[in-house]
Amino acid sequence: MSAPAFDNKIIKWIDERLPLFTMLEHSTTSYPTPKNLNYWWNFGSLALFALVIMILTGIFLAMSYTPHVSMAFDSVERIMRDVNYGWLLRYLHMNGASFFFICVYIHIFRGMYYGSYKAPREILWWLGLLILLAMMATAFLGYVLPWGQMSFWGATVITNLFSAVPVVGDFIVTWLWGGFAVDNPTLNRFFSLHYLLPFVIFALVALHLIALHTSKSSNPSGIEIKGPQDTIAFHPYYTIKDLYGVGVFLLVFLGFVFYAPNFFGEPDNYIPANPMVTPTHIVPEWYFLPFYAILRAIPDKLGGVIAMFGAIIVLFALPWLDSSKVKSGRFRPVFKWFFWLFLVDCVVLGWVGGKPAEGHYIPIGQAATAWYFLHLVVVLPLLGRLEKPLALPASISASVLKEKA
Amino acid sequence: MAQPSSTPPDDNKGPNGPRRDFLLIATSAVGAVGTALALWPFVHSMNPAADTLALSTTEVDLSKVAEGMSITVTWQGKPVFVRHRTADEIKQAAETPMADLRDPKNDKDRVQKAEWLVLIGVCTHLGCIPLGQKAADPKGDFGGWFCPCHGSHYDTSGRIRKGPAPLNLPVPKYTFLTDTSIRIG
Ligand code: HEM
Ligand code: FES
Repeated sequence: MSAPAFDNKIIKWIDERLPLFTMLEHSTTSYPTPKNLNYWWNFGSLALFALVIMILTGIFLAMSYTPHVSMAFDSVERIMRDVNYGWLLRYLHMNGASFFFICVYIHIFRGMYYGSYKAPREILWWLGLLILLAMMATAFLGYVLPWGQMSFWGATVITNLFSAVPVVGDFIVTWLWGGFAVDNPTLNRFFSLHYLLPFVIFALVALHLIALHTSKSSNPSGIEIKGPQDTIAFHPYYTIKDLYGVGVFLLVFLGFVFYAPNFFGEPDNYIPANPMVTPTHIVPEWYFLPFYAILRAIPDKLGGVIAMFGAIIVLFALPWLDSSKVKSGRFRPVFKWFFWLFLVDCVVLGWVGGKPAEGHYIPIGQAATAWYFLHLVVVLPLLGRLEKPLALPASISASVLKEKA
Repeated sequence: MAQPSSTPPDDNKGPNGPRRDFLLIATSAVGAVGTALALWPFVHSMNPAADTLALSTTEVDLSKVAEGMSITVTWQGKPVFVRHRTADEIKQAAETPMADLRDPKNDKDRVQKAEWLVLIGVCTHLGCIPLGQKAADPKGDFGGWFCPCHGSHYDTSGRIRKGPAPLNLPVPKYTFLTDTSIRIG
């Protein structure tokens, strides 16, 4: 890592004492990026943008929010009605969570199609999964804060998942609650942790980027960078492309914030929490629905909980489950179809997760759950051995020139 | 090039080696145990505080609960179901064969007086409140309670019969103060 020469005396003076500008130069300006990245590569920077929005709006919401069971709901209503632009901060935060998940889910499926998790990017992949887990925890904790009916019963059902742990389950649940039911101590600690976790996510993102800049970005051809002819400088080429993505993102995101701010929400959460009455149809936020469907597909309490957590844990093994040497789905004629089938399967899980657990929804949910695990644990290892991949281009540069021709 | 003088000598391999190894391991172990013990106050601060633990009790007047009716009272922040069972419901509960039960318990061990069934009204699956307290509520396939969250059915003794819940609705500690009043807790 050679230090770039800075002309400006002040920058030079600072950089010799704290190499901030050298680091910035290496990780943004001159970072060699494959020249063939398509728009699916925009969603990483979009996720980071969403994280920044969440932290910014969250800090300002926290200035007007009161974490107490008798005041939380009213303080959120006060944010909506009396606090200047409170409605905007809250709607940005509420919809921001949904868009954060949209970006991250697209980002993950991008990785699955192009085999981005394969060597040498396994740790990069793991860090991404850790970010997903931390995001899920953060979003769950945040959803409890407005203390509506869904907040309360979501918190009750999810914390009760831990009661499935043999022997110590009940102690864990009491410990999580700080009492014998979801109550004020629970709300207080959830607020504390909801404030903390986004900064943990930020640190994980930093590690994610360090790992990325060590192994370099993958690309739609799945072939590693072989020389300077395969890359272009990150700045200005990808800074401008990422900013263009931010523009499109804002258009869609703000469309929801201003014109359909409660589209992703549940009306029941505008009813204050009532510990004595469970709403007849409780559902989690949409981004949890596939996992909720897996939980309900297994007619056994502990089994359901294991399957639900297992659905994410199994993804940590993906770099080894997928035995194919070829990274990109472009050159894998059979895998390609299974990928789309897997995507449809996840959508079906999400759809069933939002329906009541009765009638034909039960077998559909069970079949979709079975396929989720079959795809990852059986189909992918076999495919790598049986499938005959297409011929790979000689290099990234060659693949681009061939497309042109 | 000469070794800088600050490089620690590799003495663990010298004549004092075993002694140094012992000191290193012993110090590390004490440090690790000390750190683990220091974590406990943090963990334990999240357990129920003294005021939360201070046993609360709830007294319930049963005189106004007619046969076939139920009331719900609050105890420790949780709903407690009190049902004045009909002769039919008692008979059903008593005659259920143990082999039909997921969590086999005799009905007579779950009540102090057969007509009064007292239960903590929290589904043992994931903590929702089962329906069945009001006359118009669905009572499930076994005439007791039905949990709408994931479809658990409880019978007229509050025992789990169908659905994902693993255990019967628990019976809280209670005592009859008079013939028509109880104290829960
Ligand atoms: C990873 C980033 C974050 C996610 C995914 C997230 C998610 C959420 C969600 C889903 C809600 C419920 C919104 C509603 O229905 O009203 C919420 C509420 C809240 N969050 Fe966050 N949040 C994040 C970061 C933060 C940060 C950094 C703070 C700063 C303290 C914060 C403070 C709050 C407050 C005060 C509320 C309650 C007000 C309200 O309900 O709108 N959040 N969060
Ligand atoms: S909480 Fe009652 S069935 Fe799940």
